Amino acid sequence: MNKLINIARSAFLWVDDRLHIAKLYESTAGHHVPQSSGSWFYVFGSATLLCFMIQLATGIMLAMVYVPSAAEAYTTLEYLTFQQELGWFLRAVHFWGSNFMVGIMLLHMTQVFLFGAYKYPREITWITGVILMVLTLGLAFTGQVMRFDEDAYWGLGIGAAIMGRVPFVGEQMVNMMLGGPIIASETLSRFFALHVFVLPGGVLAIVSIHLRMVLTKGINEYPQPGMLVRRETYDKEYAAILKKEGVPFFPKAISKDLVAASIVIFGILACAILFGPNGPSGPPDPVQINTLPRPDFFFLWIFAIAALMPDWMETPALLGGPVIIGIILFALPFFNGTGEKSWRRRPVAVITVILTYVSLGLLSYLGHTSPWSPDMDAWKSAETPLEFVEGRSPLELQGLLVIQSMQCRNCHAIDGIGGHRGPDLADVGSRLTKAQLVRQVIQGGGNMPAYGKNLTPDQVEAVVAYMVSLRPQGVPPARDSSQPGQAPME
Amino acid sequence: MNDEPCKPCDCEGKKPSRRDFLLWIGFALNAVAGAMIGIPLLGYVLSAFFKPNPLTWISLGPVEQFPEGKTRFASYENPLRREWDGETSNIPCWVRRIKGDDFQVFAINCTHLGCPVRWFEESKLFMCPCHGGAFYEDGGHAAGPPPRGLYTYELKVESGTLFIKGGVLPNLSNQNI
Repeated sequence: MNKLINIARSAFLWVDDRLHIAKLYESTAGHHVPQSSGSWFYVFGSATLLCFMIQLATGIMLAMVYVPSAAEAYTTLEYLTFQQELGWFLRAVHFWGSNFMVGIMLLHMTQVFLFGAYKYPREITWITGVILMVLTLGLAFTGQVMRFDEDAYWGLGIGAAIMGRVPFVGEQMVNMMLGGPIIASETLSRFFALHVFVLPGGVLAIVSIHLRMVLTKGINEYPQPGMLVRRETYDKEYAAILKKEGVPFFPKAISKDLVAASIVIFGILACAILFGPNGPSGPPDPVQINTLPRPDFFFLWIFAIAALMPDWMETPALLGGPVIIGIILFALPFFNGTGEKSWRRRPVAVITVILTYVSLGLLSYLGHTSPWSPDMDAWKSAETPLEFVEGRSPLELQGLLVIQSMQCRNCHAIDGIGGHRGPDLADVGSRLTKAQLVRQVIQGGGNMPAYGKNLTPDQVEAVVAYMVSLRPQGVPPARDSSQPGQAPME
Repeated sequence: MNDEPCKPCDCEGKKPSRRDFLLWIGFALNAVAGAMIGIPLLGYVLSAFFKPNPLTWISLGPVEQFPEGKTRFASYENPLRREWDGETSNIPCWVRRIKGDDFQVFAINCTHLGCPVRWFEESKLFMCPCHGGAFYEDGGHAAGPPPRGLYTYELKVESGTLFIKGGVLPNLSNQNI
């Protein structure tokens, strides 16, 4: 037994003498971290990296079958999903892995922000993290294009439309993005190169700097309220913490990272098995225009902003917004590099995080429901509840038919059924007078097209008569307040 | 005494050593070689940036297939089509024949963010499924966030055939379409 151990030891020493493994271990996995950083809040960084590793592995597998050609990509996606053994599973893991990666990265960033970990002397750790965020979002967008279906096609169209708004060089920017003046084969090849070579290579390079910074400048100690960061004293204080309660990262501080890693993997697997891969939806055939282009989940909030912003703000916000956000994120450790770290004494930081999450959540929800989009088939399929038909005069019923056939219900619901772009008509008779309704139908306005040219006077009369009848029971029609003596009309 | 090797430049007329010379030669040669690789690489990537957009006349077929006073769906093949473009080379558009040879051909792309607009014959409106842009029969802006009316193709009718000038993705930067 002893002999065996001796042989093993001398074998290890032989290898170590050549590769210096013990030294490498000491300065990496075995480096000392504050015991307080072995916290559940500190697991998100390694979990994001884990997601990236899963993406690399599954991505390489998918690339063995996928053909990045505009003519073949869709076919190979279907082949991957339905015929290739376990192809559906790899596609699902890759898709859910990307969702987890973006989500956990956001949590990581939030934790780093709230714990003041971006402050002196970890500025470069934060900045490389911001670059990694940009690269990750780039991977998410280009990955959406790899799923070369109708959403990918029109998503590229949206990207090109945004590029086309760049002043002076818009046309050239569109050409750069699409690899030509139009969405075609070169567009997909270009995005493929970005998705599998450029961006992952960038992530690997920047992650190595990011991790190097963790080793040279140390992981942030768990912040205590009242412990202020000062450039003059911090390094000494950190060294003292390490001396007092420093433990080797492996095996003393890694346990929670390991548990979190397994939860992430189980989570991705569960989603992949339960929900399967995403798409592909219809083929990337521009002639199939009966489509509702929507971006993937993590870009829905941008989709919502594009619908809700005032028109004049749109181009500056779409082009300038990312630049301003980038500048703020890059500059953060420089204008806020010292002082309090604990979120308990940083109300502005806490409010910033809450506002960001509430806005992103609300915008994503709105993007998901997109009430601003007309319901393109409502005029053919939306039903009219009986109470909005019963007891109406022939003229009013004629008006209902006009409302139906003129696609009014693509934008106007009746009692919640139909599009939600314009106001619900269920109680319109109690809100607008007959004269106002006539004006609104003929002239439009307030985001409604004018129908004056497309409706005959008889049709307008019928439509308005029907709308006057649309009001809750017992509520009189709206009255013109400029004529106080006027009796309610029926 | 110790300072002496640190300031060789003070020694007038002292020749750089062969090592220094080789180091600079090495830098210079690699700078040239790097430029010879890098400039073509940049040129390759940026060529799309500088290439002018080629617009060509494309036939949409005989005018008889477009009834007067109606707006009809049509499609054409991207004139720059490559073998491996697949379905993406079929480009849709809306053709409005007002009367005789008086046509309007609208791009399918909404002027807001490029989604495909759909024509509704009854209400004579184009509606966009993305952010709710709407346009009138003549392409004018009717409602929603689009900053302008629909893009129209330059067109001509020659010996009974309708031609449009196309080949680029219509967007706000190419107003000539």
